[in-house]
Amino acid sequence: MAELEFSNVSKEFDGVSALQDINAQISSGEFVALLGPSGCGKTTLLRLTAGFEHPTEGEIKLGGNTVASPKTFVPPEDREIGIVFQSYALWPHKSVFGNVAYPLEVRRVPRAEREARVKEALSLTGLNALGERMPAQLSGGQRQRVALARCLVFDPSAVLLDEPLANLDLALRASMHEVFSMFHRRTKATMLYVTHDQGEALALADRVAVMEAGRIRQFAAPEVLYREPVDCFVAGFVGDGAVVSARVTGRSENNSLILNVLGQEVLSRSATTEPSHVSIRPEAITLSNDAPLRARVISCTYLGGRFRLTLDTAGETLVAFSMHRAAIGETVGLKLHDLWAFRDPDADVVTMRSLTNA
Amino acid sequence: MTPQTKPSLSSRSLDRLLPVMLLPIAFIALGPVARLLLEGIGFGDGFTTEHLTTVLARPSTGTALKHSLITAGGGTLLSVLIGSTFAYLVALTDIRGKGALVFCLMIPMMIPPQITALAWMQMAGPSSTILKVLELAPPLGSPQPLHSPGGIILLLGIQHASLVFLTLRAGLRMIPADLVEAARMSGASSLRVWTQTVLPLSMPSLIAGSAMAFVTALGNFGIPAMLGIPAGYATLPTLIYQRLVGMGPSVLPEVAVLSLVIGTVAIIGVLLSRYVLSQRGFGLVGLSGTPLALNLGASRRPVEIGLWAFIFVILALPLLALCATSLIPAYGVTLTFSNATLEAWKEVLLTQPVTRRAYANSLMLATGAAAVLLVVSMPLAWLMERRSSHLTRLLDALIDLPYALPGVVLSIACILAFINLPFTDLTLYGTIWIILLAYLARFFVVMLRPIQASIAQLDPAMEEAAASVGAHLGRRLRDIILPLAAPSAAAGAILVFLTAVNELTVSALLWSSGTETLGVVIYNLEDSGETVMASALAMSIVLLIVGLMGLVQAGADKFPKGVIPWQS
Repeated sequence: MAELEFSNVSKEFDGVSALQDINAQISSGEFVALLGPSGCGKTTLLRLTAGFEHPTEGEIKLGGNTVASPKTFVPPEDREIGIVFQSYALWPHKSVFGNVAYPLEVRRVPRAEREARVKEALSLTGLNALGERMPAQLSGGQRQRVALARCLVFDPSAVLLDEPLANLDLALRASMHEVFSMFHRRTKATMLYVTHDQGEALALADRVAVMEAGRIRQFAAPEVLYREPVDCFVAGFVGDGAVVSARVTGRSENNSLILNVLGQEVLSRSATTEPSHVSIRPEAITLSNDAPLRARVISCTYLGGRFRLTLDTAGETLVAFSMHRAAIGETVGLKLHDLWAFRDPDADVVTMRSLTNA
Repeated sequence: MTPQTKPSLSSRSLDRLLPVMLLPIAFIALGPVARLLLEGIGFGDGFTTEHLTTVLARPSTGTALKHSLITAGGGTLLSVLIGSTFAYLVALTDIRGKGALVFCLMIPMMIPPQITALAWMQMAGPSSTILKVLELAPPLGSPQPLHSPGGIILLLGIQHASLVFLTLRAGLRMIPADLVEAARMSGASSLRVWTQTVLPLSMPSLIAGSAMAFVTALGNFGIPAMLGIPAGYATLPTLIYQRLVGMGPSVLPEVAVLSLVIGTVAIIGVLLSRYVLSQRGFGLVGLSGTPLALNLGASRRPVEIGLWAFIFVILALPLLALCATSLIPAYGVTLTFSNATLEAWKEVLLTQPVTRRAYANSLMLATGAAAVLLVVSMPLAWLMERRSSHLTRLLDALIDLPYALPGVVLSIACILAFINLPFTDLTLYGTIWIILLAYLARFFVVMLRPIQASIAQLDPAMEEAAASVGAHLGRRLRDIILPLAAPSAAAGAILVFLTAVNELTVSALLWSSGTETLGVVIYNLEDSGETVMASALAMSIVLLIVGLMGLVQAGADKFPKGVIPWQS
């Protein structure tokens, strides 16, 4: 258990920037997900933490000690960080027991203690009966558990997981979610979990770092990301819904902003006084026949219990939930409430223009 | 638990030490060749083209060059004919018993050329034991028909057919089956599919295989030595051998020039084929893997009979003749059931000190080369795959050179490099160490490539996982890389052993009394008329080699794809 700290970390591969200016603090025992589309740098950040890559600039601290900086570099084998790979990376020539025992062999743990600890790790991951099997004889989910047990057994100060569920089918993923949560509760290790699946990130993590193009766009708790995204990318990448440009027209008494969104005056929560966009989640839309904002139904899919409608209004596409099936092409009325407004860093030009127009 | 911040000494020093390994390896593998190039321009006595001009102006050089080109060229044509027929039939049709057929076709390549020559000589000519038994032998005094350019071409063609076969078959495997299926769907017959789809697509590998056969035939010493020297028909390798054996080390500058001539011809051959290849490269897109099996229909049985009959003629018949000769009491005697004897076998294997020594030397050299290369190649292959640098890439590109250059060239290069060890009065010339060094240089790639292939196939995450749980580089190499690359390393070691036991060309120039190898002794026995003993010794080597090949074959499914040359 140790906290993890990144200060101004950058990484270039042959002059091409992969990570820029990463600043983040992860407290001891926290479960953090790195979420982003492929190529956003999340795996690079994980590999820098593990020590498989050297940062081009900046410093990484683990438990208060610098493990990577321009001056020092602690190789992966001395970092006490466990990692679970997407391919699991089980050693095919060692049995399940041999795989799990290896970290202890390397540490010269006496045989009796070694066997006890391996057995404990195997039983925690539900592998008691499989110790003698070879990795090739295991199913995908079992291999994943072996990889976890191999991490668990040496009590690492931090555990890194690189898209650990990418190779498993849907049903197994759900059950592995529980295994990871158990693992985290049990070891209280600091965990860094790389995924491109927002469902996984939101479900598992205490906090999620949303990454894009080598930068962390927002680093916050899942519910904050959903309700209060900081920019268009996060609003669009995390959760369902729409992002629409907005203009401030006033301020209400209880300090929420009055915005012009899609031609309507609406109240909105915001952290800034000069927002450029609003995030409209499906929950923020109520269908109402007499509402002045009209929209045309483009599609209607049944989700079980409710319908998901995509709606077109004034060239913008919105997403709403409905208890009733809607006909495609039908016109419905919309009420907007509980919106979140933010200022997108790339939207300055748009705001400048709207300001001069005003 | 907190991580240690002090850098761990063991892992980092090993990380720095490994690249240093490259230097001695580069020196042993490439030093001699570099030294040879310098010799050609008069290294040691100042820059001069004198050797170059005198040797090139001598008529014997031109004649030997002409003979080399004729025999290597003719042999290549024959190799292409045999190798491509087998490759197309094995890779494309539904004939049965492919595995056995391929194994048998590989044996001529693994048998030392001088044994091949000896075996064929026992099959033809007036003293042929087998012809005498069949009462077909020509009258005494009639010439041995194989002591001729035609004989050399025939045996070179058979010996190297498997090179064409292997390259072509590997290429045919890459042709996506759906291309052929598409051609058939368009209504093309089997023959049309072959001429219009398969033949053009497989042309690059056919050319590459031909180039390999040509270069190998050019450097072949055993066959022209056994068949050409008695007929006074010298090729460049035999000319070098005769000069060096006749005149000693004083002719070194001269034979260096001769070996440069062979090296140049070989490199021109390779470059020419590369050029032709670059002109007609195809990007093949599609799924390969499904083996093609064009239905031969009613002609399947005759084709199978034809192929096996051919194998019988080129493999079984000469070996039977060799075996028959090894069983007669004295050369020229007709073999009968009553006079068959194992006397020669006993004499050669148990009594003669020279042959016993040669067996010991060859086995020691082959084992030593295999063992040293095994130990060195493992970390080196790892270094090349995982810590690639300009230096490793350069070594990677040049390491093929000592193997690709004709053996004579490498031998001369080794003599030049090791006749006077720098800074000492010591010489390695005449000792067994010079042969070992030459073998190390020559067979480096044979060991390195399979290990490289298997490390390249390993998921790097295997090592990273070991690092993350605390294993230092040394432990990772020992616990993870070594066991996982071991099957390929074993196959590589057996291949080195097989090729080294076979070897004549290099040792023919490097041996001296006491350091004879098997190849040398067979040649000398035959040369001095002890054909029966030579046959017995040759037969025992054939049995050893086929046994070892069988051993590799038995473990075939444990090796990664491409490790066993005859299963690529």
